[in-house]
Amino acid sequence: MVDVITYDVVQVTILSLYVSGSATILGALIGVPLGAAIGLKEFGGKGLLKTITYTMYGFPPVISGLFIYYVFSRAGPLGDFGILFTPTAMILAQTLLVIPLVAGVTISSVSEVDRNIKNTVLSLGASDRQATFTVIKEAWVGVITAVMIGFGRAIAEVGAAYMVGGNIEGKTRVLTTAIMLETRMGHFEYAIGLGVVLLIVACGVFLFMRWLQERELL
Amino acid sequence: MVAREGTTVNEILRTEGLTKEYGKKVAVSDVSISVNEGDVIGIMGPSGSGKSTFFRLINMLEPPTKGTVVLDGKEISTSDSDVHMTRRKMALVLQKPAAMNRSVFNNIAFGLQLRGIEDEEVERRVTDYLGRLGLAESKERNARSLSGGEMQRMCFARSVIVEPKLILLDEFTANLDPQNISILENAVRDFVKRGDAAAMIITHNPFQAKRLCDRSVLMMDGEFIEQGETSKIFSSPSDERTKAFVSGEMVF
Repeated sequence: MVDVITYDVVQVTILSLYVSGSATILGALIGVPLGAAIGLKEFGGKGLLKTITYTMYGFPPVISGLFIYYVFSRAGPLGDFGILFTPTAMILAQTLLVIPLVAGVTISSVSEVDRNIKNTVLSLGASDRQATFTVIKEAWVGVITAVMIGFGRAIAEVGAAYMVGGNIEGKTRVLTTAIMLETRMGHFEYAIGLGVVLLIVACGVFLFMRWLQERELL
Repeated sequence: MVAREGTTVNEILRTEGLTKEYGKKVAVSDVSISVNEGDVIGIMGPSGSGKSTFFRLINMLEPPTKGTVVLDGKEISTSDSDVHMTRRKMALVLQKPAAMNRSVFNNIAFGLQLRGIEDEEVERRVTDYLGRLGLAESKERNARSLSGGEMQRMCFARSVIVEPKLILLDEFTANLDPQNISILENAVRDFVKRGDAAAMIITHNPFQAKRLCDRSVLMMDGEFIEQGETSKIFSSPSDERTKAFVSGEMVF
């Protein structure tokens, strides 16, 4: 039998939700308007920008972590903020991972909205911004899906969280980094147990969002 | 203001030398027309002759390559910062009806809500139009579940309820049964009866042009090849191509 886990699993779970939830909200606030703009506006280099966005789906979490690590390290350009090895740094690193997913799925969703809707709305006297907002509303189910996928990526990744968070007990330890630690120490039962907790958390969030959607609260 | 047959009527729309090129393809070529209050003008022509593009140019959905559009005495352009306010004086009913994913009521109310009209007034006017176009019972239904005829009637109501000066109807009765066609044509007559508004109608149906339009134009390869009283276009066409088009369309 292995030693009992000394840290608070509930606290680790809450931190996971806080970090990945914040990254998802930030990523959605940037990614949805970005995706809508790319999807709806006509401009030179649009195809290239779409390709870059889709390519970034596969952006490795360690690279995102590396980038944030560099920027916020002592010697880095924003080192004075002193946020390295804090949840804030983890949120920023995960946000970078969430943005392309949310933007990409938003691009596809708004592109699928009948072009005639935008023309109709414009013809009824909407400003460009109002027309874009209406199209996003028409693509709402797709936009929510985009946000859910973004959350899925954030809660499941370990590379960025580990690199800029450091898996510090009681401070930056989240479910995925805890699983890594337990596995390394040979505590497979605990690792598996934490894995189940992670899946339950993810499932709970998705069910909650669907519940909101079905009641048209979202 | 232009004088016509001794009386003074207000000109709502004038286009001068309106041209739209897509690369080498000329979709609309040097098109000029004047539309006055009370006019119902038919735009006829084969598919791909530039009729819908002409409407999009008037509605400021696309900038022209050359030429000008004058609406209500003022030259307008897609680059105007208040272009959406300009568009509020007109309404375009698209060939392919587009329903927003919300109730019929909320679809029809959309333009009024954009204009910041208060809820009570919106409720009153939408209810009025629902009745006029036989949609009262569909008020709460999702607009996407409407039949083809109901959808066209909803789109029409949604556009005219904002009381535009000019309504642009792009094949607004295509593929509809006679009853629906009759409801919509009567609604156009009611709309123009207001006195200070005009309608332009793209149609493939010469009988519809004859029923509704005092004046018509025939468009081919982006050009107006014929322009005049609707009956005269059919009885004594001046262009060989008009003859061919008219006889072909009349047979169907």
